[in-house]
Amino acid sequence: MYDLIVIGAGPAGLAAAITAAKNGLKKILIAERDREAGGILNQCIHNGFGLHYFKEELTGPEYASRFIRMLADLNIELMLNAMVLEITPERHVHVINRDVGYKVLEAKSIVLAMGCRERTRGAIAIPGSRPAGVLTAGAAQRYVNMEGYMVGRRVLVLGSGDIGLIMARRLTLEGAEVLACLEIMPYSSGLMRNVVQCLDDYDIPLLLSHTIVEIRGDKRVEEAVVARVDQNLKPIAGTEMTFTCDTILLSVGLIPENELTDKAGIEIDPRTKGAIVRENMETSCHGIFACGNVVHVHDLVDFVTEESEIAGRGAAEFVLNEKSETADEMTLLCGDGVSYVVPQIVRRERVAKTQTVYFRVNRLFDKSRVVIRSGENEIAAFKRPYMAPGEMEHVKIPKALLDKAEGAIVISVEEDVS
Amino acid sequence: MQKIRDVIIIGCGVVGAATAYALARYDVDVLILEKENDVSSGTSKANSAILHAGYDPRPGSLMATLNVAGSRLSKTICHDLNVPYINCGSLVLAFSDADLITLESLLERGRQNGVEGLEILPPERLFELEPKLSRHVKGALLARTAAIVNPWEFTLAMAENAVENGTTLRLNEKVTAIRKVTDGYEVETNQDVHRARFVINAAGAHADTIHNMIAPPAFRIIPDKGEYYVLDKSEGTRVRHIIFQCPTPLGKGTLVAPTTDGNLIVGPNNELTEKKEDTVTSARGLVEVKERAFKSVPSIDFSQNVRNFSGVRAATEIDDFIIGEADGSPGFFDLAGIKSPGLTAAAAIGEMAVTLLAGRGLALTPRVNLVTKRNKIRFNRMSVEEKKTLISANPDYGQIVCRCESVTLGEVKAALHSPIPAVSVEGVKRRCHAGSGRCQGGFCGPRVVEIIAAEHGISPLDVPLDRAGSTILIGRTKGGDA
Amino acid sequence: MKTVICIVCPKGCHLNIDEEHGYEVSGFGCERGIAYGVEEVRRPMRMITSTVRIDNAALPRCPVKLDKPIDKHLIMAAMKELDQVRLTSPVSEGQIVVENVCGSGASFISTRSL
Repeated sequence: MYDLIVIGAGPAGLAAAITAAKNGLKKILIAERDREAGGILNQCIHNGFGLHYFKEELTGPEYASRFIRMLADLNIELMLNAMVLEITPERHVHVINRDVGYKVLEAKSIVLAMGCRERTRGAIAIPGSRPAGVLTAGAAQRYVNMEGYMVGRRVLVLGSGDIGLIMARRLTLEGAEVLACLEIMPYSSGLMRNVVQCLDDYDIPLLLSHTIVEIRGDKRVEEAVVARVDQNLKPIAGTEMTFTCDTILLSVGLIPENELTDKAGIEIDPRTKGAIVRENMETSCHGIFACGNVVHVHDLVDFVTEESEIAGRGAAEFVLNEKSETADEMTLLCGDGVSYVVPQIVRRERVAKTQTVYFRVNRLFDKSRVVIRSGENEIAAFKRPYMAPGEMEHVKIPKALLDKAEGAIVISVEEDVS
Repeated sequence: MQKIRDVIIIGCGVVGAATAYALARYDVDVLILEKENDVSSGTSKANSAILHAGYDPRPGSLMATLNVAGSRLSKTICHDLNVPYINCGSLVLAFSDADLITLESLLERGRQNGVEGLEILPPERLFELEPKLSRHVKGALLARTAAIVNPWEFTLAMAENAVENGTTLRLNEKVTAIRKVTDGYEVETNQDVHRARFVINAAGAHADTIHNMIAPPAFRIIPDKGEYYVLDKSEGTRVRHIIFQCPTPLGKGTLVAPTTDGNLIVGPNNELTEKKEDTVTSARGLVEVKERAFKSVPSIDFSQNVRNFSGVRAATEIDDFIIGEADGSPGFFDLAGIKSPGLTAAAAIGEMAVTLLAGRGLALTPRVNLVTKRNKIRFNRMSVEEKKTLISANPDYGQIVCRCESVTLGEVKAALHSPIPAVSVEGVKRRCHAGSGRCQGGFCGPRVVEIIAAEHGISPLDVPLDRAGSTILIGRTKGGDA
Repeated sequence: MKTVICIVCPKGCHLNIDEEHGYEVSGFGCERGIAYGVEEVRRPMRMITSTVRIDNAALPRCPVKLDKPIDKHLIMAAMKELDQVRLTSPVSEGQIVVENVCGSGASFISTRSL
């Protein structure tokens, strides 16, 4: 019987396992489906990781190795090439691996850290032919950075997600011509710094409110027809232009990978598409925790680490010092301007000093206030100079203020007119 | 000089494969010529994946007879060859009083065609069976014998069985000319020249071109395109039956149906097209399909779309299949104009072709040591105990390649070393579903390329996505070498 | 007056740099933004991350980064220098791969052990 089984050895799983070990758990297993630990960080060879957490700027592999090195010291068991096929509410983990075969392992606690996947061409139903040369930015990143293959010579990037922006620069550096980056929304969905240093630096145009309306090509992509979209994101007839290209990279969003979560009957939040979590990252299933991109898609790994440490502590606490289930569950709801909040439920007696609440806004905001309300009462407000949907926000609410609330609390954003 | 075969089959779609399968029951020397790098590359892979009950075709037509016979035969073949087949039944919905009259006439036609298990259901019973149907539905024709099948696996399984029983399959061979010679025909391709006593034209959308190489024009293929959505498994239980609308002169309308893989398929529309290989989807076509489907099942969540595709139906100006000897060309048989219900009828068309060949003197001695079964390991459909046994026997089945569909390395390798080996990423997908799930190969694509390259001993740079030449990678980084 | 978006951290502050008045910076969120704003207008510097060939390793490419930023206009020349490099496993994280890149004084170092 394991104290903890962590599913996934990306940044979330690593931080959760390490924190759980540091908080007293002895027998910990991480099951990782890939050939090595580190997850997607291994292909993210660019820098910008660790500014918040380590106060220095690291590349993805460097960020990962800081955690991987700790595993051995802490006696954490890592099973590679291991696919978890099923988990049950009784915390049985069905895992397969070519060497150990099919095993049903039992655990006192589980942390779900499976990460997310990229949305595909199908998800956005781009019409046209179906030639080679249409691939997700993440797949291209793996080919170029880890396997050393070029995926195209004349490239169009659809979507301004961070991986798409980073790959626009990466392919340019490797000698490809990146013709443009297209974004259907009127704002970039990636971080502003990436727009500057990945597109502007290389004179790659960012065409906002544009999308691909047709892909052409027999065996390989030959052309893409691009059009401007209206306020309802529908292409405007007459604005079509044709790009001659051999490759289309898609960076059109990420979706938490919750097949296991769903099959185990754990409650999913339709807004985040991840599990509904409590203040300690516990899901609706007692003793099963979740953290990182499987809960909600982050744009900075530093916050994944922070969140996963909470899950690791939560799991340790649960195993070593199980508290009876409490009745006082306060719900956090999205108000105007907010597209999701995490955690969705807080048990106030478990909050130490402050509760960090992560959220995203659903449109651009200049000077504004993040307002926390309980019924009619404003219990807290936080000023922000600028907020965009592409960048995850958070507020830290003092426990004293939470204690004032009655019933659910609502988080909303208001333009600051003062 | 080339050896003289008994039969050359041109085209290895479902009709060519079914003909080869039927012929392989006998000691006959058969060669199949397929212009693509895999079987089932045309209409046979891009259709509704339905085995129709047979109430729709005009009584007395070839379509009617072969549909009903094919529906029964296909069930047996799918069972023998381990092809995914689900006898889920179909419903034709009526939205108006006129539609209700149409249902009555379909029921009557079905009875004349010999279809069993037909019944008209009133709304109450219908909504019990299918609670998510539109409340505007006034009744429906239930056809209990209708089924869903995996169409490319059906084609592949028949072709593989034929190959295992001695049939020769030559891929990437496009027929360029056919000549009448003493005792048969000479068939020239882009690669070679072949000879046979008999020729079967199963060239699908190109059947007219092939026919015209040897005989005066008798029909013209009028390509008719249909576009589809395939939705995620989360939508796969939206309906349990195949949901049709009342047929119009244009076709059977837009259907909503589960697939054998647990997805939901929605389509097609009808668009006449200039090109026989026009499998392009269009914004207009996809919107049209969506709107028509909402009429039957208003709650379909199209945000769960996994993939769109379109297929070309090989229709002709004649409202029936064209099956028979070409004018002035004894021993050259057309199996042409095989539009819907072609997938259903294929197995019966294959048997009919055998009868036609026998009528022209092909000797039918039963084959000794006939292979009748096909083994296929589907890891994600096995029980825990079966999985344990399998992995301990072969560790490759303990390694997952495609995480969305739980496809193992063992299955990918099997696809690459089967009687008709996959040569492309899509070929692997068609055989074992790696890459057919939610991430559409985003994660496993690079891995599948690597495995294909390793197993076939080629460079990843030469691995195609699908058709020959459709390579994914264009070179190496850093000065161009490994 | 020039406007640049700060890339020191992911926050993306909109900086205004007044070239005519001693490069006075406004709109910054932290001290580092001031320095960046001045530098970005006077002499833009950039980090580069890329890969080099490596033999006998688990992967055919080893990721590398500069140990300090170089002049923005040197980026493509620095990439060319990487094309000439061929490492042999083992390589450790932090190991110098190319010294004094394009005469800048900066080095490319490996960012993972392979």
